[in-house]
Amino acid sequence: MKTENVIEAKALTKKFGDFTAVNKISFEIKKGEIFGFLGANGAGKTTAMKMLIGISKPTSGQANVAGFDVYTQTENIKKNIGYMSQKFALYDDLTVRENITFFGGIYGLSRKRIKEKTQQLVSELGLEEIKHQLVGSLPLGWKQKLSFSVSLLHEPRIVFLDEPTGGVDPITRRQFWEMIYKAADRGTTIFVTTHYMDEAEYCDRVSIMVEGKIEALDTPKELKKQFKVDSMNDVFLRLARNIE
Amino acid sequence: MKTIAYIVQKEFKQIFRNKGMLPIIFILPILQLVILSNAATYEVKNIKFAYIDSDHTSTSRELVEKFNASTYFNVLADFDSHDQASSAMLAGDVDVILEIPNNFERHLLKEKKASLSLIINAIDGAAAGVESGYVNQIVQNYNQNIKTELMDASQKAVQPVSIVSIPSFWYNVTLDYKTFMVPGILVLLVTMITLFLSGMNIVREKEIGTLEQMNVTPIRKSQFIIGKLFPFWIIGMGLLTIGLILAKVIFNIPMVGSLLLLYGYTSIYILVVLGMGLFISNFTDTQQQAMFISWFFVVIFILMSGLFTPIESMPKWAQIITEFNPVKYFVEIVRMVLLKGSGPLDILPQVLKTLLYAIVMNGLAVWSYKKVS
Repeated sequence: MKTENVIEAKALTKKFGDFTAVNKISFEIKKGEIFGFLGANGAGKTTAMKMLIGISKPTSGQANVAGFDVYTQTENIKKNIGYMSQKFALYDDLTVRENITFFGGIYGLSRKRIKEKTQQLVSELGLEEIKHQLVGSLPLGWKQKLSFSVSLLHEPRIVFLDEPTGGVDPITRRQFWEMIYKAADRGTTIFVTTHYMDEAEYCDRVSIMVEGKIEALDTPKELKKQFKVDSMNDVFLRLARNIE
Repeated sequence: MKTIAYIVQKEFKQIFRNKGMLPIIFILPILQLVILSNAATYEVKNIKFAYIDSDHTSTSRELVEKFNASTYFNVLADFDSHDQASSAMLAGDVDVILEIPNNFERHLLKEKKASLSLIINAIDGAAAGVESGYVNQIVQNYNQNIKTELMDASQKAVQPVSIVSIPSFWYNVTLDYKTFMVPGILVLLVTMITLFLSGMNIVREKEIGTLEQMNVTPIRKSQFIIGKLFPFWIIGMGLLTIGLILAKVIFNIPMVGSLLLLYGYTSIYILVVLGMGLFISNFTDTQQQAMFISWFFVVIFILMSGLFTPIESMPKWAQIITEFNPVKYFVEIVRMVLLKGSGPLDILPQVLKTLLYAIVMNGLAVWSYKKVS
């Protein structure tokens, strides 16, 4: 049985004036997949992601996210996705609980559901002691984990993570990836951009963007075979160097 | 509706948790009202007064005594000669010189009529007019038979030019400028605080990155905007309340008209200001930019509102510009309702213009707010 595609992009393009930030990228992502979206700084990852989450209109091409069109049905897309941006995006001046309540509330969860979710989330992340602390006072790693959990609050079909582990220590990164796996096991599709090549190894499939184009797309294993190298790091360097 | 409630709740928590913001919202307006209302006055007081008494009689001394007794004049010196007095005026030591001529008393007794000459520093023309009025008043109170004659500074040696004293001038003496200024300054603080706060609030979310997060949620544009602006609408109304209480308690400003009417108008007026704040925040990326642009508009609005200077004295083109100034309407209305007791029909033109302004401004703001770039 063929699993359904939750994201489909066909020749998706974004131009800013003469500059083509994203140049005809195409891919399909299946339900429950962890899709690594790699690329150097400025390769167009964030721009591509913004088109998929409905906050940037594509210049041309097509894309469907969770079955909705990125041109006309962005509000439907937004109901079905979670997003965690590069910048930390919870409110620093609200407490852990208040943040959960707020985001739960704006996604339309009932009071009762919010309470349950808060309880569950707080105990899962071990935040019992500090649930009344302002988020701004938490260490970065905790914030990131909390932020990820909040993006899953409304049980979206797809979660977009934009460099979620930037600046986080290795232990927290590992815990973070355990959380990602857990979410994927429950059937949530994960779309993640990263700079860490070891993280790329954790992904089911990986695409590598260079100067607005997708230059490689396959499982980490296949990519390594294809480029005849031992690590994703080498795959990345090989691709980036070819361009230079 | 529920979504809006969540946003409003969050905003209030954030506002009251912001230690830097609270004083701006509550302490500043109070200071502003108390200080500005006392400072922004057209009353001419502590006039630097000198005299030349060439008469040296009991009548002339008695007249000088009247000036001494007045709270408006500081009697600084008595000069022997005209030249001395002129150089003191040039040095800026005195502003008003009263010259009591020789035979002043005798003329008064014999001819039932006498003249005084008066020299006034008229660099500030308005103040000079007021000073002249004060002098006249004191002199006339003293003796109906004395007439002051104003000397033109350029030809002080030549014939004194007689001026007609204006009996109605005494209004200015008793008119309390605070009664005129306090309601105006109330407008100023409601406008400034709500504009700055609303403008900076949304830009702040842009700066810290949470606005992007909001744009990825299914919150509708209208929900977000209403949820964002409603708390500041409440704060604006709260400021009006604080201001009115202070105006009553500290300044004892008469409140002749209906407060309900004033609140009703203010509720529309604040919508204009909030729309402006949102509009500004849509076109700026940092709080500094938003602050700077808001400040620019606030200064123009205030100077062209008739708060300090009458609109009637502005050139025609400036008067046309003031038609687009919401602050002007609010200043007019506050003064009309509080001091004159104007009713709904009297203020209808201003209400309609403000309403139109609110619709246009908020329309523009909502239109320019984009969830998608």
